[in-house]
This record gives sequence, structure tokens and C-alpha cells, in this order.
Amino acid sequence: MNKKPKHSSYAKWGYLFILPFFIAFFIFSFIPLLDTVRYSFFEYYRSGIKEVGPNFVGLANYKSLLDSDMLKYAGNTLILWLIGFIPQIVIALLLANWFTDMRLKLRGKQFFKVVIYLPNLIMASAFAMLFFALFSTNGPINSILMSMGLTETPIDFMGTAFGTRSLIGLMNFLMWFGNTTIMLMAAIMGISPDIFEAAELDGCGSVRRFFSITLPLIRPILAYTLITSIIGGLQMFDVPQILTNGQGNPDRTSMTLIMFLNSHLKSRNYGMAGALSVYLFIVSAVLCFFVYRMTNGKQDGGAPKKSRNHKGGANA
Amino acid sequence: MKHKRTKVGETILAYAVLIVLSFLCLFFFYILLVNASRSHAELQRGFSWLPGGYFLENLKAVATDGNFPMFKGILNSLIVSSCSAALCTYFSALTAYGLYAYNFKFKKLAFTFIMAILVMPTQVTAMGFLRLMTNMSLYDTLWPLILPSIASPSVFYFMYSYLESSLPLSLVEAARIDGSGEFMTFNRIVLPIMKPAVAVQAIFSFVGSWNNYFVPALIIQSKDKMTVPILIATLRGADYMNFDMGKIYMMITVAIVPIIIVYLLLSKYIIAGITLGGVKE
Amino acid sequence: MKKRLLAGAMAVASIAALLAGCDGSGSSQAAGDATANTASAEGQVINIYSWNDEFRTRLEAVYPEVDQTSDDGTEIHWVINPNQDGVYQQKLDEALLNQATAAADDKIDIFLSETDYVYKYTDADADVTMPLTDLGIDPDTDLADQYPFTKTTASDQNGVQRGSTWQCCPGLLVYRRDIAKDVFGTDDPAVIGEKVKDWDTLKQTAEELKAKGYFTLASYADTFRVYGNNVSQPWVTAGETTVKVDPLIMDWIESSKEWLDAGYLDKTVKGQFNDDWNKAMGSASKVFAFLLPPWGIDFTLAPNWDGVDGTWAVCNPPMTYNWGGSYVHACTGTDNPEHVKDIILSMTANKDNLIKISKDYQDFTNTVSGMQEASTDDSFASSFLGGQNAYAYYAPVAENIQIAPLSAYDQGCVELLQNSFSDYFQGNVDFDRAKENFETAIKERYPDITDVQWPE
Repeated sequence: MNKKPKHSSYAKWGYLFILPFFIAFFIFSFIPLLDTVRYSFFEYYRSGIKEVGPNFVGLANYKSLLDSDMLKYAGNTLILWLIGFIPQIVIALLLANWFTDMRLKLRGKQFFKVVIYLPNLIMASAFAMLFFALFSTNGPINSILMSMGLTETPIDFMGTAFGTRSLIGLMNFLMWFGNTTIMLMAAIMGISPDIFEAAELDGCGSVRRFFSITLPLIRPILAYTLITSIIGGLQMFDVPQILTNGQGNPDRTSMTLIMFLNSHLKSRNYGMAGALSVYLFIVSAVLCFFVYRMTNGKQDGGAPKKSRNHKGGANA
Repeated sequence: MKHKRTKVGETILAYAVLIVLSFLCLFFFYILLVNASRSHAELQRGFSWLPGGYFLENLKAVATDGNFPMFKGILNSLIVSSCSAALCTYFSALTAYGLYAYNFKFKKLAFTFIMAILVMPTQVTAMGFLRLMTNMSLYDTLWPLILPSIASPSVFYFMYSYLESSLPLSLVEAARIDGSGEFMTFNRIVLPIMKPAVAVQAIFSFVGSWNNYFVPALIIQSKDKMTVPILIATLRGADYMNFDMGKIYMMITVAIVPIIIVYLLLSKYIIAGITLGGVKE
Repeated sequence: MKKRLLAGAMAVASIAALLAGCDGSGSSQAAGDATANTASAEGQVINIYSWNDEFRTRLEAVYPEVDQTSDDGTEIHWVINPNQDGVYQQKLDEALLNQATAAADDKIDIFLSETDYVYKYTDADADVTMPLTDLGIDPDTDLADQYPFTKTTASDQNGVQRGSTWQCCPGLLVYRRDIAKDVFGTDDPAVIGEKVKDWDTLKQTAEELKAKGYFTLASYADTFRVYGNNVSQPWVTAGETTVKVDPLIMDWIESSKEWLDAGYLDKTVKGQFNDDWNKAMGSASKVFAFLLPPWGIDFTLAPNWDGVDGTWAVCNPPMTYNWGGSYVHACTGTDNPEHVKDIILSMTANKDNLIKISKDYQDFTNTVSGMQEASTDDSFASSFLGGQNAYAYYAPVAENIQIAPLSAYDQGCVELLQNSFSDYFQGNVDFDRAKENFETAIKERYPDITDVQWPE
């Protein structure tokens, strides 16, 4: 088979197929993005209803952000993300594995699958409102705990950094573990049953099968999950914003980067918001490049290489 | 023998974990429904496990609120979400296939580019987005809520990963030998193989679009074009005139019921799609 | 994908505002023609910006000429945006920046503001609200019966009045009669009024209430308005970029901490307008009293109360204060000045209309003589208060209100200060940390603020 001429003659189809994507991106994202970057070099905000600027200030916005508590908020964001993500990926892997394990003979799979995805359907902001009401000091959760005799006085869930962060983590977990489970399941179902059958014939146990076959084979989807979760985590906003009324209380320990961005947007500070956006962009790009490299080994093309010694990577 | 026993243990464990998680998930929906069926005064008195008798009255209060075109809002949301989901999954699959199945000069560059924009925070572009839409006379129309979904990097990446793991290029070659046109091959052969991935992503993008408050609030101005999240925002305004919590819970309920119906319909399709599978090596 | 979409959901409001600045390109073409046509006559559409139906219901009640369509064909278009997350102000600001280029029928004619940010719009430099005299309203004669403090509130730094209100919001102390009987043996408003007449007396009373297991007030935020709306200097002096914290605010911080630690306040209630606060108004609550203006009693306390009518009663507050109030402004550039003048006069200066509003909607309206009459008229008695005539208590408070000097930064200062110090009250951070957090937050909210000065 002389592949070479064939591929070049089909190349125009490749261009054609990816064209709509790039046109849409260029119009709806790229042009607007340029604006943001441009304003990041200006002093430009509104005071009351009077406009100040735009005055070119070079990198001053970037510098004053470095002097602010930005890094602290980055740390908060990381912690909040981890609290939600670690249980999410562990539980999702476990469930996806159980759901796809023919030998387990689980009944009601359909029901469980439908149920665990449910929380993802509710708007994050509505979900946070609901949690706020449920976990308020005089709310239902406290009255349940007290009627069960588990606590004497109502617990002030949102009064401590630990409590608030745990609630945010719990919400993120509940909202996303079903989603992740479904994606991982789709990936595991994509693995040829022959491989599992062969493994079984070789006397491969559940645990070993999971780590030696399932995990390496679903690595692309795992990487996808990790990357989208990192992006989602970096952009975490609705839940802490509503739970803490935009202030990240107590003591700004739940203030995320996007909440920080939002407070600049709220004051219509185009310059600062622009600069912060650029920082965010750089950080997420670096993170994702790292993760992508780590989990995929290669930039693009072809089936994922089956390098067994890499298997722990996705969980790290 | 030993083999059998561990399976039983694992099954019990699986059930236990699933039941706990299901309880956690349903608990909040249950509370939402209970609260939506109670009057504000009843809600004041504290939490109850049993629903109250105000469900219809709260529903009526939401449906007849003059400031609040609920049914029109649901219709708008349905239009926007369905179109977005369709465009998003189709074009993402097309793009993924274009990059997966063909070799061309800028292939690597295009791929890297999409991976780079994958991480771009949405908030960053909003400012310019609105200005552009105004210049294009698309302000206060539903188009800006639908068209951008053609370029969805994360859906693309999912599709690409799926193709990598389930579409052997030999199948494409075989189609070519059979004389199938390239576009036809994609629609008739590749797309059916991608069905599970498409179904999963269709749900995600439908839900995402349904719950999206950000872009609609920028673009939509007139009442008859508002989508559900904007309507909810007007209802739950921190305003002493809007004290009726029963009404608020009802509105949240109304907002999520259609999406749960769509989900239940589509979820069956997903499971079927996965079990039917595509051509595997 | 979904995560990305969701992530920004709430930021939208803010961004909507951002756009206003860079988006002057709307439908400006038609403006020239339209204004030419209507230059001699009034425009056909009166656009009113507001955040709820409050103004609308009252206007429709007293100004039926322009209910939907008046005799001369003028229509009122209501543009209602929620206050939530500042959406109202952001949409308003956006429209104000486009006011000059908007088509005549799209121009804002009337908009409303609240005391917390009225100064942002009455600011003479911003010039988005018309001086009443330009409309042909003479505040000295036409508005002579209004409470003076409302006129001060609606005036710019030069003393030019640029808005007018139909309501006053004098605050009272509202208390539970059953608790009063249990603790003091009487629920007589005169006796209770004596027991709460100033902060020191109230503190002794609080000790009595505590001994019986009751909280005096619900939240530390409940007393904020009493202190905060009586400060003697503005948060930010015009032309300066320093936030000056008034000594009275420091008193609030000190006493709130003391009261909370002493158990006079319900520790589980943090802030206001949340579920816990609402529940503190229910029959199961141990909270004795709230400090509320008329709207607070009618729209917050009454709907949250699940017991029988007549359980609550009002008496004098420990310190006269005002809380809230919606101001009606004529927007600069309106194409309907005659109608706007008409509306402002009939809504805020017509005594009969104001009395009607008081009767129908329980607002304490902006007519000194009318409210004096109401305070002795039994037909104004409230069934919720068990037949007590609250106007008799509001009227003297309203006459004594000294409005705090305003600045355009008030809303942010009030909100962020309460927020930063709630951590301190609850013992999460020390005093200095709370101060720092306030400084950070206020500079974020207002980029032009450079410094915060604390009293020694």
C-alpha cells in the first residue's frame, strides 16, 4: 500500500472538516480575547458612573496583582479543587469499574447511573443556594443532627474555614462524580471485551485487572477528566461565591481566583481584570501542558502507547 | 471457591457505596421538592420530611407572576440548549475526525492550538464578545447563545480521545475502497461509531447550555427572549419584596424538571449506544 | 465544557457593566431624527428604571392617567432589573452612559435609587439626574411638607435637590409582647420604650432578657443602621480618595463584639436577610426585638411571622435612625420632562396621594402634616401590631432624623465593613486582620480608593 499520495490527496478534507470550528472560534472567542489582553496594559475603571482612563500603564496592573493576595487565592483555589477532585476521581473510577464488571451482576445499574448524575443537572448557583439554606445554623441539617442527638448545639458549618471548604468540596464532589463516572464508563466500555476475557483466562483478579488493564487503556479519557477538572477548578466560582456571599469568608479563606477576578469586574476595573485573566490563562496553559505531557507522553496522533510503567501517572 | 467469595463481598460493598451515594444525591432533590410544596410560613417553622399542600399554589404563583414569562422562558431555553447540543457535538466530532483521520501540513499546529485554547477561561472574553455581537446586530437575539458552541475545545478533545480508542483507521480505508465519499464516510460510518461519545457530550452541552446564566444575561434584554436562569435570577433578587421562599424553591424545581426529563430520555439512549457499540477490532 | 459555562454564571452582572464602558455603539443612528421630531412635544414613551414593583404599584394607584396608555398616547415602559449582585445598578449605568445617543423613546426618563447609593447618581459632577428646579419644581414651596432629611439626602454637594421620595424610613424597635410579659411583667410600649431608650439602658435590659433565656436582638447587623446612619462625616469626603471610618462605626464594632460575647445576640444569626435571620422572626425564636423601619415590619417581619397577629408591638428605638428609602429621579436628557414633573409631584408631593399610599401600602409617606394626622387617626392602626398605631411612633422619629452625610462610596463601605468584621465578631480573625480585610476589599471594590483611615 502506497499511503503517501493517498494522504496528500485527502488533506483538503482535513482542512474542510476543521474549518467550521476555527471560524467559530475566531469570531466568538479570539477577537474578544484580544480586547482583554489589550486592556490589561491600561488603567481603566469606573468610579461611580465616571470613567477613568484608559491610560496606558504598561505592566503596572501585572505588578500590583503580584503585590496583592493573588497567590493566597491561588492556594485557596487549589485546596478547594483538591478537596472535591480527589474523592471524585476515586469514587468515579470505583463506580465505573463496578458498573462495567460483568462478573459483579449488579442489579439496578440503570437506576444508580441515572441517580448519580442528577446533581450535575441542577444549576451550580441554585445548588449552592440550597446548601446555604440546608447547612445554615438553624437549617434542616442541624435540626436533623440535633434530633438524632449527634450534637447538643447547632454546628456553625460556615463559620470556620474547614467547614466552608468542606462544604464547597462536598458540593463539587456531588455535582461532578456522576459526570466523571459516566465518562470513565464510556471509556471502559470502549475497551475490547476480548482483552478482559484473555485476562480472566490468565487468572487475573479484579484489582490487578483494574490497575494493569483498565487504567492504562482509559488513559486518554482520564487525562481528559483531569484536564477539564483542572480547568473547572481554576474557574471555580458559583459555589463559593454564593455560599460565602462573594467574600470567601471566613477571612477570605474560600476566595478563589475567579471570585477575585469577579470583584475586579464588579468594580468595572477593566485593566486589573484583564491582567488577572492573562495570569489565569498562563497558569491554566502551563498546568494543562504538564498534565497532558504526563498522561499522554506524546503530543498527538495514533493510539496511546501502552507503557505499563506509567500506570500510576493518572492518579498522581 | 475463593474467587467466588471475593465477588460476593465486592458486590455487597458496591451496593453499600451506591446506596449511600444515591441517598446523598436524592436527598437534596427530595428536600427541594418538599420545600417547593410548602408555604413560606411553613418553611419558616423549620424543616419537615413530609411535603406540604402548597405545591400547586406555589406553581400558580410562579406561573402567573406577570413579570415572569415562565413558559416562554422554558421554550427559549429548550431551543437554545437543543441547538447548542446538536451543533456542539456534530462539529466537535467533525473536527476531531478531521484531525484524526487526515494528515496535512498544519495538523499538528491545529491540534496544539485547540489544546491551548481549551484552557481559556470564559470570563476573559465576555467584554469583547458583547461589543462584537452588538456590532454584528446580534444583540438581544438567541444566535450568540447558540453559534459559539460550534467551537467547543473540550468536547473536541473528548471526541478525539474517543476516536483514538475506538476508530481503527482501517475501517476508513475500507470505506474508501468501497467508494464512499469522505463526507459520507463521516456521516454514515464514523458518526454511528461515535454514538456513545456523542450522546454523553450532547447531555453535557445541553445541560451546560440550559444552566448557562453568563452569556444570556449579557446578550438578552427583552423579556420574551429570556432563558430560565435569567428568570430565576430576577425572582430570587435580594429584595424584600421577594421573600416568598416557597416560590423560589418552586422556580428552581420548574427549572430543573425539563432537564431531568430530557436527561432520562437521553440516558436510555446512551446506555443502548454503549452496549451496541461500534465496530471494534 | 459545562464546567466552563457554569463557572462564570454569576460574574455576568459585573461583566454586563464592564461592557457599558466600551460599548457606545448601540442604536445611535436614529437618535438625531427622533429628537428632532419630538423636540417641541413630549416623547411617546416614558421609560422608568427600577428594581421591583414597589414604585410601579404605588404609581399606578395614584397616577391612573398613565397606567398603560394615557389620553395623549404616552406609554410607561418599566425596565425592572433585580438588585441581586448589583444587576440593577449595572444595567442602569450602562443605559445612562448611552443616554445621550439613545433614541428618544429609549431614553431613561425616570429612575429610582436607594439611600445607600443615591449620592452616586445625584453627584453634580456625574450630572445624570436633573435638578428639580430645572423641571419646574421648587423644592421650597412644592415640597415644603416633605421631611427635611429626605430633601437633604436627594441633594448634591451644592445643595441642589435632584430627586424626591414618597417614603421615609424612620426606624423603630419592634418587640414581642409575649416575651416582654414573661420578662418584665408588662408589654406596655411606654414601659418598654423606657427600657430601651438608649444604649446603656438597653444593655441592662439585655441582661434581664438573658437571665430568662432570651436574646435582645438577633444579629450584630441589626444595630448597624442605627450607628451607621448617624455618622457625622461621610465615608469619603468629596474629592478625596481616603475612606474615613467614623468613630461611631468603631462604637458599633466594639459594642457588637461585646454584645455577642455577652450572649445578648443570637450567635447563630449572621447578618440579615438570610434564612437564620428570617427564622429569628418566627414564633419558635428566642429573639425579643428587631430594629426596623416601616417596610421592614410590613415586608420582612410580617411574612416571616407565623403566630397570631398582635404579638408584636413597636416602641421608640434607642437612637433615632433612618433605614432605606427609594428616591425618584428625573434622568438628564429625558424627552418627557412635563410628564416626569407630573409624576414626581403626584407621587411625592401630593398629600392626598401620599395618605392613600400610607393607607393602602403601609408606607410611612413623605408628608409631615399628613403623618402627624395619621399618628392620631385610629384608622391607621395596624392589625399585625394588634391595633397599635405605629405612625404615632414613626412620626416623632422621622422629625428628628439627622441624615448622615453621604458619599458615592456608601454602599460598598457599609456592605464590606459589616462583612469584614463579622469574622472578627465570630472570633475567626483578630481585630487588626479584620481591618486589613476591609482595606483590601474596599480597594477592590473602588479602584480609586487609595487609603483607609481608622479613628484613634
